Amino acid sequence: MTVALYIIVMALVTYLIRMIPFVFFRKKIKSRFFRSFLYYIPYAVLSAMTIPAIFYSTGSVITAVVGTVAAAVLAYFGLPLIAVALTAAAAVFAAGFFI
Amino acid sequence: MRSRFVRGMYHGIPIALGYLSVSFGFGIMAVRAGLTPLAATLISASNLTSAGQAAGVDIIAASGAIIEMILVQLTINIRYSLMALSLSQKLDKKFSTPHRFAASFGITDEIFAVCSAQIEPLTPAYMYGMILVAFLGWVSGTALGAAAGQLLPAAVSSALGIVLYGMFLAIIIPPSRKHKSVLIVVLAAAAVSILFRYVITVVSGGFAVIISAVIASAVGALLFPVKDEEAEE
Repeated sequence: MTVALYIIVMALVTYLIRMIPFVFFRKKIKSRFFRSFLYYIPYAVLSAMTIPAIFYSTGSVITAVVGTVAAAVLAYFGLPLIAVALTAAAAVFAAGFFI
Repeated sequence: MRSRFVRGMYHGIPIALGYLSVSFGFGIMAVRAGLTPLAATLISASNLTSAGQAAGVDIIAASGAIIEMILVQLTINIRYSLMALSLSQKLDKKFSTPHRFAASFGITDEIFAVCSAQIEPLTPAYMYGMILVAFLGWVSGTALGAAAGQLLPAAVSSALGIVLYGMFLAIIIPPSRKHKSVLIVVLAAAAVSILFRYVITVVSGGFAVIISAVIASAVGALLFPVKDEEAEE
């Protein structure tokens, strides 16, 4: 019963955070600074989430670096997301046999 | 209409694969903390977020106060507001209010990332396709992890840990190669994030990401304000 209450509260707070700006923000933003800011936000968020966390994502910094390099090279040449993501995992898996 | 849904589903596959591994871990963790597999699965189905759920399970396990749960979820998940705001600028006309209520449930880091990378305006069908596949990955991974524990070999589960980050690199590297402005923003965000990880360690992970992203994007907006056409993309 109490566990259910916790779950409801968690879900509600998380939903409201996502829903309010998405539903109630209708206008196109006029300010050039703010539009530029929002243009850069996705790249900045992803970069901050990835670095340095990616190096701790596999339980071994060495295999993680191998996976990161593999992903970075394929991404540099513009391969599709799924190819880059799975190659990174394959590289980590392969590197795991050498350490 | 249908093809947009299918296209969204296709784009959701790498997200779902990454989620499977992460939520598998969440399922194991939630059961260890004393939750039933059903409760763990319900949390994933109703929240669809990683860090917030992990923190929430800690609070449930410690029988924390409800207000603590509210504050922790606000802190960790407030970044979704920024993402929702950013996505609200590139929605197709088809996005009526009911669609906005429904689709906002599925704004996660990864779905936001893939949606932002789309050149065309976002349609409800496209987002629903992606959210459905990602949701199934997240929820089934949790159920499997909670029920089946440590059946997956360690070498496989640790390799899967990098999948989502690999996908992030695939999103940020090509535009960084093309635009110097994006490259500088990406490097600035990484630098601030590293600073928070190793130097200013009192800031929690969720806040560190927000602050890093805000600083880097503000610097980018000041140094390289975008032309109208770029912001429309």
